[in-house]
Amino acid sequence: MNVITDNSDLFVTGFKNTGILFVISAFFALILGTIVAGMRVSPAPAMRAAGTLYVNAVRNTPLTLILAFFALGYPRLGLPHIDFMNAAIVGLSLYTATYVSEAIRSGINTVSVGQSEAARAIGLPFMQTLTLIVLPQAFRSVLPPLFSVFIALLKNTTVAAGFSVAEAGAIRANLSERGEPLLPGLLWVAVIFVVLVLGILTPLQRYLEKKWRVER
Amino acid sequence: MSSVLFDVPGPKARTRNVYLNVATVIVVVGIIAFILFRFNESGQFTAKKWEIFTFPRVQQMFLTVIGATLKAFAVAAVGSLVLGILLAFGRLADSRWVRLPCYWFTEVFRAVPLLILMMIMYYGLPSAGVKGITPFIAVVVGLILYNGSVLAEVFRAGIESLPKGQREAGLAVGLSKGQVLRIILLPQAVRSMLPVIISQLVVILKDTALGFLITYNEVLYYANFLGSQGQYGSPVVPALMVAAVIYVGLCLILSGIAKLVESKMSSRVKVVKTKVGLAG
Repeated sequence: MNVITDNSDLFVTGFKNTGILFVISAFFALILGTIVAGMRVSPAPAMRAAGTLYVNAVRNTPLTLILAFFALGYPRLGLPHIDFMNAAIVGLSLYTATYVSEAIRSGINTVSVGQSEAARAIGLPFMQTLTLIVLPQAFRSVLPPLFSVFIALLKNTTVAAGFSVAEAGAIRANLSERGEPLLPGLLWVAVIFVVLVLGILTPLQRYLEKKWRVER
Repeated sequence: MSSVLFDVPGPKARTRNVYLNVATVIVVVGIIAFILFRFNESGQFTAKKWEIFTFPRVQQMFLTVIGATLKAFAVAAVGSLVLGILLAFGRLADSRWVRLPCYWFTEVFRAVPLLILMMIMYYGLPSAGVKGITPFIAVVVGLILYNGSVLAEVFRAGIESLPKGQREAGLAVGLSKGQVLRIILLPQAVRSMLPVIISQLVVILKDTALGFLITYNEVLYYANFLGSQGQYGSPVVPALMVAAVIYVGLCLILSGIAKLVESKMSSRVKVVKTKVGLAG
Protein backbone atom coordinates (compact mmCIF):
# COMPACT_ATOMS: atom_id res chain seq x y z
CA MET A 1 0.00 0.00 0.00
CA ASN A 2 2.86 2.36 0.88
CA VAL A 3 4.24 2.36 -2.62
CA ILE A 4 1.18 3.99 -4.10
CA THR A 5 0.64 6.53 -1.29
CA ASP A 6 4.31 7.52 -1.08
CA ASN A 7 4.60 7.93 -4.82
CA SER A 8 1.13 9.17 -5.59
CA ASP A 9 2.66 11.95 -7.71
CA LEU A 10 4.15 9.33 -10.08
CA PHE A 11 0.91 7.40 -10.34
CA VAL A 12 -1.18 10.54 -10.88
CA THR A 13 1.07 11.94 -13.63
CA GLY A 14 1.43 8.50 -15.17
CA PHE A 15 -2.25 7.76 -15.44
CA LYS A 16 -3.05 11.36 -16.40
CA ASN A 17 -0.75 11.00 -19.40
CA THR A 18 -2.22 7.60 -20.17
CA GLY A 19 -5.65 9.23 -20.17
CA ILE A 20 -4.49 12.03 -22.47
CA LEU A 21 -2.87 9.54 -24.87
CA PHE A 22 -6.00 7.40 -24.81
CA VAL A 23 -8.55 10.14 -25.42
CA ILE A 24 -6.65 11.98 -28.16
CA SER A 25 -5.58 8.80 -29.97
CA ALA A 26 -9.11 7.40 -29.75
CA PHE A 27 -10.45 10.62 -31.26
CA PHE A 28 -8.08 10.61 -34.22
CA ALA A 29 -8.32 6.84 -34.69
CA LEU A 30 -12.09 7.13 -34.87
CA ILE A 31 -11.91 9.83 -37.54
CA LEU A 32 -9.20 8.16 -39.61
CA GLY A 33 -10.77 4.72 -39.13
CA THR A 34 -14.15 5.97 -40.35
CA ILE A 35 -12.54 7.50 -43.44
CA VAL A 36 -10.66 4.27 -44.19
CA ALA A 37 -13.80 2.20 -43.64
CA GLY A 38 -15.62 4.51 -46.03
CA MET A 39 -12.88 3.99 -48.58
CA ARG A 40 -13.07 0.21 -48.17
CA VAL A 41 -16.79 0.08 -48.95
CA SER A 42 -16.72 2.77 -51.65
CA PRO A 43 -17.76 2.01 -55.23
CA ALA A 44 -14.37 3.09 -56.62
CA PRO A 45 -11.93 0.14 -56.86
CA ALA A 46 -8.83 2.33 -56.36
CA MET A 47 -10.19 3.64 -53.06
CA ARG A 48 -10.96 0.12 -51.90
CA ALA A 49 -7.46 -1.00 -52.86
CA ALA A 50 -5.81 1.93 -51.05
CA GLY A 51 -7.83 1.25 -47.90
CA THR A 52 -7.06 -2.47 -47.98
CA LEU A 53 -3.35 -1.83 -48.52
CA TYR A 54 -3.20 0.53 -45.54
CA VAL A 55 -5.09 -1.81 -43.22
CA ASN A 56 -3.09 -4.89 -44.18
CA ALA A 57 0.28 -3.17 -43.99
CA VAL A 58 -0.32 -1.55 -40.60
CA ARG A 59 -2.11 -4.50 -39.01
CA ASN A 60 0.81 -6.78 -39.81
CA THR A 61 3.36 -4.42 -38.25
CA PRO A 62 3.95 -4.53 -34.48
CA LEU A 63 2.81 -1.44 -32.61
CA THR A 64 6.23 -1.30 -30.95
CA LEU A 65 7.84 -0.87 -34.36
CA ILE A 66 5.38 1.85 -35.41
CA LEU A 67 6.02 3.79 -32.21
CA ALA A 68 9.77 3.24 -32.62
CA PHE A 69 9.56 4.74 -36.08
CA PHE A 70 7.80 7.89 -34.91
CA ALA A 71 9.92 8.30 -31.78
CA LEU A 72 13.36 7.39 -33.17
CA GLY A 73 13.15 7.44 -36.98
CA TYR A 74 10.99 10.50 -37.62
CA PRO A 75 13.36 13.04 -36.01
CA ARG A 76 15.99 12.07 -38.60
CA LEU A 77 13.82 12.96 -41.57
CA GLY A 78 14.34 16.71 -41.15
CA LEU A 79 10.64 17.39 -40.74
CA PRO A 80 9.10 19.77 -38.16
CA HIS A 81 9.96 18.63 -34.64
CA ILE A 82 7.31 16.76 -32.64
CA ASP A 83 7.76 15.73 -29.02
CA PHE A 84 7.54 12.12 -27.79
CA MET A 85 3.96 12.51 -26.58
CA ASN A 86 2.74 13.65 -30.00
CA ALA A 87 4.84 10.99 -31.73
CA ALA A 88 3.10 8.36 -29.60
CA ILE A 89 -0.31 9.87 -30.39
CA VAL A 90 0.40 9.72 -34.13
CA GLY A 91 1.61 6.11 -33.90
CA LEU A 92 -1.27 4.92 -31.73
CA SER A 93 -3.85 6.69 -33.92
CA LEU A 94 -2.48 5.21 -37.15
CA TYR A 95 -2.37 1.74 -35.59
CA THR A 96 -5.79 1.83 -33.91
CA ALA A 97 -7.46 3.35 -36.99
CA THR A 98 -7.00 0.06 -38.84
CA TYR A 99 -8.93 -1.81 -36.14
CA VAL A 100 -11.62 0.90 -36.04
CA SER A 101 -12.04 0.67 -39.80
CA GLU A 102 -12.42 -3.11 -39.64
CA ALA A 103 -15.05 -2.83 -36.90
CA ILE A 104 -17.05 -0.22 -38.82
CA ARG A 105 -16.74 -2.04 -42.14
CA SER A 106 -18.00 -5.32 -40.71
CA GLY A 107 -20.81 -3.38 -39.03
CA ILE A 108 -21.91 -1.92 -42.36
CA ASN A 109 -21.75 -5.40 -43.89
CA THR A 110 -24.16 -6.79 -41.27
CA VAL A 111 -26.95 -4.55 -42.61
CA SER A 112 -28.74 -6.64 -45.18
CA VAL A 113 -28.91 -5.41 -48.77
CA GLY A 114 -32.71 -5.57 -48.66
CA GLN A 115 -32.77 -2.65 -46.23
CA SER A 116 -31.26 -0.15 -48.64
CA GLU A 117 -33.06 -1.68 -51.60
CA ALA A 118 -36.33 -1.12 -49.77
CA ALA A 119 -35.24 2.43 -48.96
CA ARG A 120 -34.48 3.13 -52.61
CA ALA A 121 -37.71 1.47 -53.65
CA ILE A 122 -39.76 3.93 -51.60
CA GLY A 123 -37.77 6.71 -53.27
CA LEU A 124 -35.30 7.82 -50.61
CA PRO A 125 -32.23 9.54 -52.09
CA PHE A 126 -28.70 8.26 -51.27
CA MET A 127 -28.03 10.52 -48.29
CA GLN A 128 -31.33 9.65 -46.64
CA THR A 129 -30.82 5.94 -47.28
CA LEU A 130 -27.45 6.24 -45.60
CA THR A 131 -28.39 8.43 -42.63
CA LEU A 132 -31.89 7.10 -41.92
CA ILE A 133 -31.65 3.43 -42.82
CA VAL A 134 -28.12 2.03 -43.05
CA LEU A 135 -26.03 3.92 -40.50
CA PRO A 136 -28.43 3.66 -37.53
CA GLN A 137 -28.49 -0.11 -37.98
CA ALA A 138 -24.76 -0.38 -38.63
CA PHE A 139 -23.97 1.73 -35.57
CA ARG A 140 -25.69 -0.75 -33.25
CA SER A 141 -23.64 -3.69 -34.35
CA VAL A 142 -20.45 -1.61 -34.54
CA LEU A 143 -20.55 -0.44 -30.95
CA PRO A 144 -19.45 -3.63 -29.10
CA PRO A 145 -16.43 -4.38 -31.32
CA LEU A 146 -15.52 -0.69 -31.31
CA PHE A 147 -15.45 -0.81 -27.53
CA SER A 148 -13.09 -3.79 -27.64
CA VAL A 149 -10.84 -1.79 -29.95
CA PHE A 150 -10.72 1.11 -27.50
CA ILE A 151 -10.07 -1.18 -24.55
CA ALA A 152 -7.12 -2.55 -26.53
CA LEU A 153 -6.01 1.03 -27.22
CA LEU A 154 -6.04 1.84 -23.50
CA LYS A 155 -3.78 -1.13 -22.84
CA ASN A 156 -1.59 -0.33 -25.85
CA THR A 157 -0.81 3.15 -24.52
CA THR A 158 1.64 1.47 -22.12
CA VAL A 159 3.90 0.65 -25.05
CA ALA A 160 4.58 4.39 -25.40
CA ALA A 161 6.45 4.20 -22.08
CA GLY A 162 9.25 2.51 -23.97
CA PHE A 163 9.63 5.66 -26.06
CA SER A 164 10.08 8.35 -23.42
CA VAL A 165 6.44 9.16 -22.71
CA ALA A 166 5.86 9.54 -18.96
CA GLU A 167 2.66 7.49 -18.74
CA ALA A 168 1.52 4.53 -16.66
CA GLY A 169 3.98 2.10 -18.19
CA ALA A 170 6.85 4.41 -17.23
CA ILE A 171 5.99 4.36 -13.52
CA ARG A 172 8.26 1.32 -13.21
CA ALA A 173 11.37 3.20 -14.37
CA ASN A 174 10.65 6.13 -12.07
CA LEU A 175 10.07 3.89 -9.06
CA SER A 176 13.31 2.13 -9.79
CA GLU A 177 15.12 5.49 -9.80
CA ARG A 178 13.71 6.30 -6.38
CA GLY A 179 14.76 2.89 -5.09
CA GLU A 180 11.20 1.88 -4.30
CA PRO A 181 10.13 -1.80 -4.34
CA LEU A 182 9.23 -2.61 -7.92
CA LEU A 183 6.90 -5.57 -7.59
CA PRO A 184 4.21 -3.84 -5.45
CA GLY A 185 4.47 -0.76 -7.67
CA LEU A 186 3.96 -2.77 -10.83
CA LEU A 187 1.14 -4.77 -9.27
CA TRP A 188 -0.61 -1.50 -8.41
CA VAL A 189 -0.32 -0.38 -12.03
CA ALA A 190 -1.84 -3.71 -13.08
CA VAL A 191 -4.64 -3.35 -10.52
CA ILE A 192 -5.50 0.13 -11.75
CA PHE A 193 -5.70 -1.16 -15.32
CA VAL A 194 -7.92 -4.04 -14.21
CA VAL A 195 -10.22 -1.54 -12.47
CA LEU A 196 -10.29 0.73 -15.54
CA VAL A 197 -11.02 -2.12 -17.94
CA LEU A 198 -13.20 -4.47 -15.87
CA GLY A 199 -14.71 -1.87 -13.56
CA ILE A 200 -15.55 0.89 -16.02
CA LEU A 201 -15.14 0.10 -19.72
CA THR A 202 -16.46 -3.48 -19.82
CA PRO A 203 -19.67 -2.80 -17.82
CA LEU A 204 -20.27 0.24 -20.04
CA GLN A 205 -19.76 -1.94 -23.10
CA ARG A 206 -22.17 -4.61 -21.76
CA TYR A 207 -24.76 -1.94 -20.89
CA LEU A 208 -24.64 -0.33 -24.33
CA GLU A 209 -24.59 -3.71 -26.02
CA LYS A 210 -27.78 -4.71 -24.21
CA LYS A 211 -29.41 -1.37 -24.83
CA TRP A 212 -28.69 -1.39 -28.56
CA ARG A 213 -29.22 -5.09 -29.23
CA VAL A 214 -31.33 -5.87 -32.27
CA GLU A 215 -32.62 -9.13 -33.60
CA ARG A 216 -31.79 -9.83 -37.19
CA MET B 1 -22.27 -6.39 -57.73
CA SER B 2 -24.66 -4.83 -55.31
CA SER B 3 -23.83 -3.74 -51.80
CA VAL B 4 -25.90 -2.18 -49.09
CA LEU B 5 -24.38 1.22 -49.84
CA PHE B 6 -24.71 1.47 -53.59
CA ASP B 7 -26.37 -0.09 -56.62
CA VAL B 8 -24.80 -1.48 -59.72
CA PRO B 9 -23.35 1.72 -61.29
CA GLY B 10 -25.07 3.27 -64.26
CA PRO B 11 -23.34 5.47 -66.87
CA LYS B 12 -23.21 8.55 -64.60
CA ALA B 13 -21.89 6.60 -61.63
CA ARG B 14 -19.30 4.92 -63.83
CA THR B 15 -17.80 8.24 -64.93
CA ARG B 16 -17.86 9.42 -61.32
CA ASN B 17 -16.03 6.27 -60.29
CA VAL B 18 -13.36 6.97 -62.88
CA TYR B 19 -12.80 10.45 -61.39
CA LEU B 20 -12.72 8.97 -57.88
CA ASN B 21 -10.20 6.35 -58.97
CA VAL B 22 -7.94 8.95 -60.57
CA ALA B 23 -8.18 11.22 -57.52
CA THR B 24 -7.31 8.35 -55.16
CA VAL B 25 -4.35 7.28 -57.23
CA ILE B 26 -3.06 10.87 -57.31
CA VAL B 27 -3.42 11.27 -53.52
CA VAL B 28 -1.82 7.90 -52.70
CA VAL B 29 1.03 8.39 -55.15
CA GLY B 30 1.48 11.90 -53.73
CA ILE B 31 1.77 10.61 -50.16
CA ILE B 32 4.22 7.85 -51.13
CA ALA B 33 6.23 10.28 -53.26
CA PHE B 34 6.40 12.74 -50.36
CA ILE B 35 7.64 10.03 -47.97
CA LEU B 36 10.25 8.81 -50.45
CA PHE B 37 11.27 12.42 -51.18
CA ARG B 38 11.76 13.13 -47.45
CA PHE B 39 13.70 9.89 -47.00
CA ASN B 40 15.90 10.81 -49.94
CA GLU B 41 16.37 14.44 -48.86
CA SER B 42 17.42 13.42 -45.36
CA GLY B 43 19.88 10.93 -46.83
CA GLN B 44 18.18 7.68 -45.83
CA PHE B 45 18.97 6.08 -49.19
CA THR B 46 22.71 6.89 -49.22
CA ALA B 47 25.05 3.93 -49.57
CA LYS B 48 26.68 4.75 -46.25
CA LYS B 49 23.48 4.14 -44.31
CA TRP B 50 22.88 0.80 -46.00
CA GLU B 51 26.48 -0.42 -45.99
CA ILE B 52 26.08 -2.10 -42.60
CA PHE B 53 23.43 -4.46 -44.02
CA THR B 54 25.88 -5.84 -46.57
CA PHE B 55 28.16 -7.37 -43.92
CA PRO B 56 27.79 -11.16 -43.70
CA ARG B 57 28.10 -10.91 -39.91
CA VAL B 58 25.12 -8.55 -39.73
CA GLN B 59 23.08 -10.72 -42.08
CA GLN B 60 23.84 -13.77 -39.95
CA MET B 61 22.79 -11.83 -36.88
CA PHE B 62 19.51 -11.00 -38.59
CA LEU B 63 18.89 -14.71 -39.09
CA THR B 64 19.70 -15.30 -35.41
CA VAL B 65 17.29 -12.61 -34.19
CA ILE B 66 14.56 -13.81 -36.56
CA GLY B 67 15.14 -17.21 -34.96
CA ALA B 68 14.77 -15.60 -31.52
CA THR B 69 11.48 -13.97 -32.56
CA LEU B 70 10.19 -17.23 -34.01
CA LYS B 71 11.31 -19.20 -30.94
CA ALA B 72 9.41 -16.86 -28.61
CA PHE B 73 6.42 -17.03 -30.97
CA ALA B 74 6.43 -20.84 -31.23
CA VAL B 75 6.73 -21.46 -27.48
CA ALA B 76 4.15 -18.78 -26.68
CA ALA B 77 1.73 -20.04 -29.35
CA VAL B 78 1.82 -23.64 -28.13
CA GLY B 79 1.63 -22.52 -24.50
CA SER B 80 -1.31 -20.18 -25.20
CA LEU B 81 -3.24 -22.88 -27.03
CA VAL B 82 -2.73 -25.34 -24.18
CA LEU B 83 -3.58 -22.78 -21.49
CA GLY B 84 -6.56 -21.61 -23.54
CA ILE B 85 -7.99 -25.13 -23.82
CA LEU B 86 -7.45 -25.79 -20.10
CA LEU B 87 -9.10 -22.51 -19.11
CA ALA B 88 -11.99 -23.09 -21.52
CA PHE B 89 -12.59 -26.53 -19.98
CA GLY B 90 -12.35 -24.95 -16.54
CA ARG B 91 -14.97 -22.36 -17.43
CA LEU B 92 -17.32 -25.09 -18.66
CA ALA B 93 -16.80 -27.25 -15.55
CA ASP B 94 -19.74 -28.17 -13.35
CA SER B 95 -18.08 -27.18 -10.10
CA ARG B 96 -18.16 -23.49 -9.18
CA TRP B 97 -14.80 -23.90 -7.48
CA VAL B 98 -13.25 -24.57 -10.86
CA ARG B 99 -15.46 -22.30 -12.93
CA LEU B 100 -15.11 -19.07 -10.99
CA PRO B 101 -11.30 -19.02 -10.63
CA CYS B 102 -10.99 -19.75 -14.34
CA TYR B 103 -13.46 -16.95 -15.09
CA TRP B 104 -11.52 -14.42 -13.03
CA PHE B 105 -8.21 -15.63 -14.40
CA THR B 106 -9.29 -14.97 -17.99
CA GLU B 107 -10.93 -11.65 -17.13
CA VAL B 108 -7.97 -10.28 -15.16
CA PHE B 109 -5.24 -11.35 -17.55
CA ARG B 110 -7.12 -9.91 -20.49
CA ALA B 111 -7.44 -6.58 -18.67
CA VAL B 112 -3.78 -6.11 -17.73
CA PRO B 113 -1.64 -4.61 -20.51
CA LEU B 114 0.75 -7.21 -21.88
CA LEU B 115 3.75 -4.93 -21.40
CA ILE B 116 2.92 -4.52 -17.71
CA LEU B 117 2.69 -8.33 -17.38
CA MET B 118 6.13 -8.68 -18.95
CA MET B 119 7.52 -5.94 -16.68
CA ILE B 120 6.10 -7.69 -13.61
CA MET B 121 7.90 -10.84 -14.73
CA TYR B 122 11.18 -9.22 -15.71
CA TYR B 123 11.58 -6.34 -13.24
CA GLY B 124 9.09 -7.11 -10.48
CA LEU B 125 9.82 -10.74 -9.65
CA PRO B 126 13.63 -10.46 -9.43
CA SER B 127 13.26 -7.46 -7.11
CA ALA B 128 11.14 -9.70 -4.88
CA GLY B 129 13.86 -12.34 -4.79
CA VAL B 130 12.82 -14.66 -7.63
CA LYS B 131 15.89 -15.72 -9.58
CA GLY B 132 16.47 -16.93 -13.11
CA ILE B 133 13.97 -14.78 -15.03
CA THR B 134 15.52 -14.16 -18.44
CA PRO B 135 13.95 -11.75 -20.94
CA PHE B 136 12.92 -14.80 -22.98
CA ILE B 137 10.98 -16.30 -20.06
CA ALA B 138 9.36 -12.95 -19.28
CA VAL B 139 8.25 -12.47 -22.91
CA VAL B 140 6.95 -16.01 -23.32
CA VAL B 141 5.15 -16.23 -19.98
CA GLY B 142 3.57 -12.80 -20.51
CA LEU B 143 2.39 -13.81 -23.97
CA ILE B 144 1.03 -17.15 -22.72
CA LEU B 145 -0.92 -15.63 -19.82
CA TYR B 146 -2.51 -12.95 -21.98
CA ASN B 147 -3.17 -14.90 -25.18
CA GLY B 148 -4.13 -18.04 -23.29
CA SER B 149 -6.89 -16.05 -21.62
CA VAL B 150 -8.04 -14.61 -24.95
CA LEU B 151 -8.00 -18.03 -26.61
CA ALA B 152 -9.93 -19.53 -23.67
CA GLU B 153 -12.79 -17.18 -24.53
CA VAL B 154 -12.50 -18.14 -28.19
CA PHE B 155 -12.64 -21.88 -27.43
CA ARG B 156 -15.51 -21.41 -25.00
CA ALA B 157 -17.49 -19.39 -27.54
CA GLY B 158 -16.77 -22.06 -30.14
CA ILE B 159 -17.94 -24.89 -27.89
CA GLU B 160 -21.05 -23.02 -26.83
CA SER B 161 -21.99 -22.24 -30.42
CA LEU B 162 -22.16 -25.96 -31.27
CA PRO B 163 -25.59 -27.56 -31.52
CA LYS B 164 -26.77 -29.07 -28.22
CA GLY B 165 -27.32 -32.44 -29.86
CA GLN B 166 -23.57 -33.04 -30.18
CA ARG B 167 -23.07 -33.10 -26.44
CA GLU B 168 -26.25 -35.04 -25.78
CA ALA B 169 -25.38 -37.68 -28.38
CA GLY B 170 -21.92 -38.06 -26.85
CA LEU B 171 -23.36 -38.56 -23.39
CA ALA B 172 -26.00 -40.93 -24.78
CA VAL B 173 -23.41 -43.31 -26.21
CA GLY B 174 -21.84 -43.49 -22.77
CA LEU B 175 -18.87 -41.11 -22.97
CA SER B 176 -17.93 -39.25 -19.80
CA LYS B 177 -18.29 -35.47 -19.65
CA GLY B 178 -14.55 -35.00 -20.07
CA GLN B 179 -14.50 -37.34 -23.06
CA VAL B 180 -17.40 -35.48 -24.66
CA LEU B 181 -15.51 -32.21 -24.30
CA ARG B 182 -12.26 -33.64 -25.54
CA ILE B 183 -13.35 -35.95 -28.35
CA ILE B 184 -16.62 -34.44 -29.55
CA LEU B 185 -16.83 -30.74 -28.80
CA LEU B 186 -13.26 -29.43 -28.87
CA PRO B 187 -12.33 -30.63 -32.38
CA GLN B 188 -15.48 -29.08 -33.83
CA ALA B 189 -15.00 -25.87 -31.89
CA VAL B 190 -11.39 -25.55 -33.04
CA ARG B 191 -12.42 -26.03 -36.64
CA SER B 192 -15.20 -23.49 -36.54
CA MET B 193 -13.10 -20.94 -34.65
CA LEU B 194 -10.01 -21.41 -36.78
CA PRO B 195 -10.06 -17.93 -38.38
CA VAL B 196 -10.19 -16.29 -34.97
CA ILE B 197 -7.50 -18.58 -33.54
CA ILE B 198 -5.24 -17.81 -36.48
CA SER B 199 -5.62 -14.05 -36.16
CA GLN B 200 -4.77 -14.42 -32.48
CA LEU B 201 -1.60 -16.28 -33.49
CA VAL B 202 -0.70 -13.31 -35.71
CA VAL B 203 -1.23 -11.09 -32.65
CA ILE B 204 1.20 -13.28 -30.68
CA LEU B 205 3.78 -12.98 -33.45
CA LYS B 206 3.43 -9.19 -33.49
CA ASP B 207 3.51 -8.89 -29.72
CA THR B 208 6.88 -10.65 -29.49
CA ALA B 209 8.18 -7.22 -30.53
CA LEU B 210 7.28 -6.00 -27.03
CA GLY B 211 10.32 -8.01 -25.98
CA PHE B 212 12.33 -5.08 -27.35
CA LEU B 213 11.22 -3.01 -24.36
CA ILE B 214 12.41 -5.58 -21.82
CA THR B 215 15.75 -6.21 -23.59
CA TYR B 216 14.87 -9.50 -25.31
CA ASN B 217 17.28 -9.75 -28.23
CA GLU B 218 14.81 -10.11 -31.10
CA VAL B 219 14.38 -8.45 -34.50
CA LEU B 220 13.36 -4.98 -33.32
CA TYR B 221 15.97 -4.94 -30.56
CA TYR B 222 18.71 -5.76 -33.03
CA ALA B 223 17.40 -3.23 -35.57
CA ASN B 224 17.54 -0.56 -32.87
CA PHE B 225 21.10 -1.62 -32.01
CA LEU B 226 22.15 -1.29 -35.66
CA GLY B 227 20.44 2.10 -35.81
CA SER B 228 22.72 3.37 -33.06
CA GLN B 229 25.94 2.52 -34.91
CA GLY B 230 27.43 6.00 -35.36
CA GLN B 231 30.30 4.97 -37.66
CA TYR B 232 27.77 3.82 -40.27
CA GLY B 233 25.82 7.05 -40.08
CA SER B 234 23.28 5.86 -37.45
CA PRO B 235 20.97 4.09 -39.92
CA VAL B 236 17.85 4.21 -37.68
CA VAL B 237 15.36 4.57 -40.51
CA PRO B 238 16.93 1.91 -42.79
CA ALA B 239 17.14 -0.52 -39.84
CA LEU B 240 13.49 0.05 -38.94
CA MET B 241 12.55 -0.41 -42.60
CA VAL B 242 14.32 -3.76 -42.66
CA ALA B 243 12.61 -4.79 -39.40
CA ALA B 244 9.21 -3.75 -40.76
CA VAL B 245 9.73 -5.82 -43.91
CA ILE B 246 10.70 -8.84 -41.76
CA TYR B 247 7.64 -8.51 -39.50
CA VAL B 248 5.15 -7.90 -42.29
CA GLY B 249 6.71 -10.80 -44.20
CA LEU B 250 6.48 -13.19 -41.25
CA CYS B 251 2.89 -12.17 -40.52
CA LEU B 252 1.87 -12.59 -44.17
CA ILE B 253 3.52 -16.02 -44.31
CA LEU B 254 1.65 -17.02 -41.15
CA SER B 255 -1.66 -15.70 -42.52
CA GLY B 256 -0.93 -17.50 -45.80
CA ILE B 257 -0.38 -20.84 -44.03
CA ALA B 258 -3.52 -20.13 -42.02
CA LYS B 259 -5.60 -19.57 -45.16
CA LEU B 260 -4.30 -22.82 -46.62
CA VAL B 261 -5.19 -24.81 -43.51
CA GLU B 262 -8.53 -23.04 -43.28
CA SER B 263 -9.56 -23.81 -46.84
CA LYS B 264 -8.59 -27.47 -46.33
CA MET B 265 -10.60 -27.75 -43.15
CA SER B 266 -13.57 -25.49 -43.82
CA SER B 267 -14.63 -27.66 -46.75
CA ARG B 268 -15.72 -30.20 -44.16
CA VAL B 269 -17.68 -28.03 -41.73
CA LYS B 270 -19.65 -24.86 -41.97
CA VAL B 271 -17.82 -21.99 -40.30
CA VAL B 272 -19.88 -20.63 -37.45
CA LYS B 273 -19.95 -16.86 -37.18
CA THR B 274 -19.45 -15.66 -33.63
CA LYS B 275 -19.08 -12.35 -31.98
CA VAL B 276 -15.75 -12.62 -30.25
CA GLY B 277 -14.12 -9.22 -30.50
CA LEU B 278 -10.47 -9.31 -31.37
CA ALA B 279 -8.26 -6.33 -30.98
CA GLY B 280 -4.60 -6.69 -30.42
